[in-house]
Amino acid sequence: MKLQKNVPLIDQHDKNFMYGGKFGGNFIPETLKKPIDDLTKLFAKLRKDKKFLRERDHYFTNYIGAPTPFIKLDNLTDHLGGAQIYAKVVSEANGGAHKIYNATVHCLIAKKAGKKYIIGDTGAGYAGKMLSMAAKKFGLKCKIFMGAKDIKRQRPNVEAMRKNGAEIVPVTTGSQTLVDAVSECMRYWVSNCDTTHMCVGSTVGPNIFIKICAFSTAQISRELIQQVKEEFGKIPNKLKLINCVGGGSSAAGFWNEFINTHAELIGVEAGGPKNSKLHAAPLSKGSKIGILHGAAQYVIQDKEGQIGSTESISAGLDYPGISPLHCFLKDTKRARYTSASDEEALKAYQLVSKFENISPSLEPSHAFAEAIKLAPKLNSSEVIIVNSCGDSLKDKDIIKQKLGSYIR
Amino acid sequence: MKSKIAEAFDNCKKEKRSALITYVVAGDNSKKNSIKILNAISQHADIIELGFPHNTPIADGGQIQESSHRALKKGIELEDVFQIVKKFKKKNQKKPLILMGYYNLIYQSGENSFLNKCKKTGVDGIIVVDLPYPENKKFAKKCKKKSINFVQLLSPTTTKERIKKIINDSHDMIYYISMLSTTGGKLKLHPKTILKNYFNIKKLCKNKNLVIGFGITNKTISALKSADGLVVGSILCKTITNCIKKRQNPVTKLDKMVYQLRRMVA
Repeated sequence: MKLQKNVPLIDQHDKNFMYGGKFGGNFIPETLKKPIDDLTKLFAKLRKDKKFLRERDHYFTNYIGAPTPFIKLDNLTDHLGGAQIYAKVVSEANGGAHKIYNATVHCLIAKKAGKKYIIGDTGAGYAGKMLSMAAKKFGLKCKIFMGAKDIKRQRPNVEAMRKNGAEIVPVTTGSQTLVDAVSECMRYWVSNCDTTHMCVGSTVGPNIFIKICAFSTAQISRELIQQVKEEFGKIPNKLKLINCVGGGSSAAGFWNEFINTHAELIGVEAGGPKNSKLHAAPLSKGSKIGILHGAAQYVIQDKEGQIGSTESISAGLDYPGISPLHCFLKDTKRARYTSASDEEALKAYQLVSKFENISPSLEPSHAFAEAIKLAPKLNSSEVIIVNSCGDSLKDKDIIKQKLGSYIR
Repeated sequence: MKSKIAEAFDNCKKEKRSALITYVVAGDNSKKNSIKILNAISQHADIIELGFPHNTPIADGGQIQESSHRALKKGIELEDVFQIVKKFKKKNQKKPLILMGYYNLIYQSGENSFLNKCKKTGVDGIIVVDLPYPENKKFAKKCKKKSINFVQLLSPTTTKERIKKIINDSHDMIYYISMLSTTGGKLKLHPKTILKNYFNIKKLCKNKNLVIGFGITNKTISALKSADGLVVGSILCKTITNCIKKRQNPVTKLDKMVYQLRRMVA
């Protein structure tokens, strides 16, 4: 399996939409073939349409607030001693996370497709919050599917969605988390695909959704590569880009422009509680390839092919599968994947919030945990950049419960 | 040699009626009851569809999800499903049985090993919900080689061009999804509209057996009986759910229900 140079990562699939002949594809019910085909054609046209791209850039700048800051974490660097640690503060984007890019692009596409309704899934509530925000902005009616367990643990985002006028559909089947929310959202789309546009909240699902999402979040690295060149005059010789991965949308966007550079790409999965056998780390804990939500990918499952249970303190990473793009990056050895436990993520949140003016949510705290582990072992000429793709505010309740107090 | 599925349709045509096809989930509400249910309803149904349960079904409505959930909770695995098929086939050799489910279970078994087990236990056909045309070409060919019917699906969103290609690649039976819905949805279209769409497709495949499924209940089945065959599933799963709630015997209830359905398609 090999990566192609000079072809965008999202386009490196074969005629069956498989990456490396093994990952992705469209394993979907017949009813969705046509809507997915229509969307595929529309997107192929739009991404080449200069007017559409101008429109996208207009909203990225004026609505999302691009570019998001790129800052050095001086205190953390001093404290750890070793590599210089930087953060791309994507949580400064409108709404507080990278999910706004995908949500905005999907709403623009829905408008072009003449759809009045838009639906989406959400785990941590960010994808849902952003979609409800963007839907309101673009005048679309919005329904968000969310696991009942996640509704309870991500209250602030749920309230935000309600305020934006979205209908929240609690999903009470299965584990009542993201995996079931995605299933229920897809089922709803099967029944309403004639009037409704579906937004998949991450780089997962049938191929077209992977493409649209990674195309949208790529904005992060388009900004970052400029910011890095401004800061260092070039891309540093020893550069590590560390990102958490659940579905994989923020990592895909954070790395996109760097894939053909020498930068080292490190993905951090959710390792779950230290003393639990459960986790949400299909890439780093040895899962087999299977089919989930329309795509072949490494997925946590039993020997029969029933999708397995996951556990993570971070609702946004609590997903048994992983983007086919990351499976592809792993098997071509372009990126390396590891995991951080719940406890390590909490500690990282605490340390970063104490030393710096940013306070990462539990998802990027997994990435910070890896940075904190690596930095002291490295030389000061080495650079680590962490994608701080969410703000801890949404995790206030969980953090208070686990650590006794919340600082930001 | 004609397949048992084709023979079943021939018999119905002779009797000038629609074929009744029933769907239940293997192992619902127990392995033992599942065999009893199949034995009972196959006295009235022409073709048996048996679901192998998956815990992440993206095209099933609440009723079938609940049935699958119950079966999985009882620990039903593919091996049990094949044992159920084997026991059923021992008693009902001539009754065609179609397995229906999601691709990941087949993928994890390995396509060849899965098909070998199908062949060994007497499975007559397979429906894979999330393996559409043309992705299913290779698997469909493998099925044909083993004289197992691969049942292609068509839906109201399938374009005419695509319909023609799918028909070309189909075996004895084609499944037309009545409306945009998961299984067990309320019939959103008038039966007349469904039949109009149905006969437009039928014109393109006069020699194939084209059945309608999704949203068909004892209330709507009569109005659709001019089709080659009709699939009833969710209402049967729902009946099992209700029986459990009311502590009634699902075997006798389903027996009665399918008997009545059979009278309604005549």
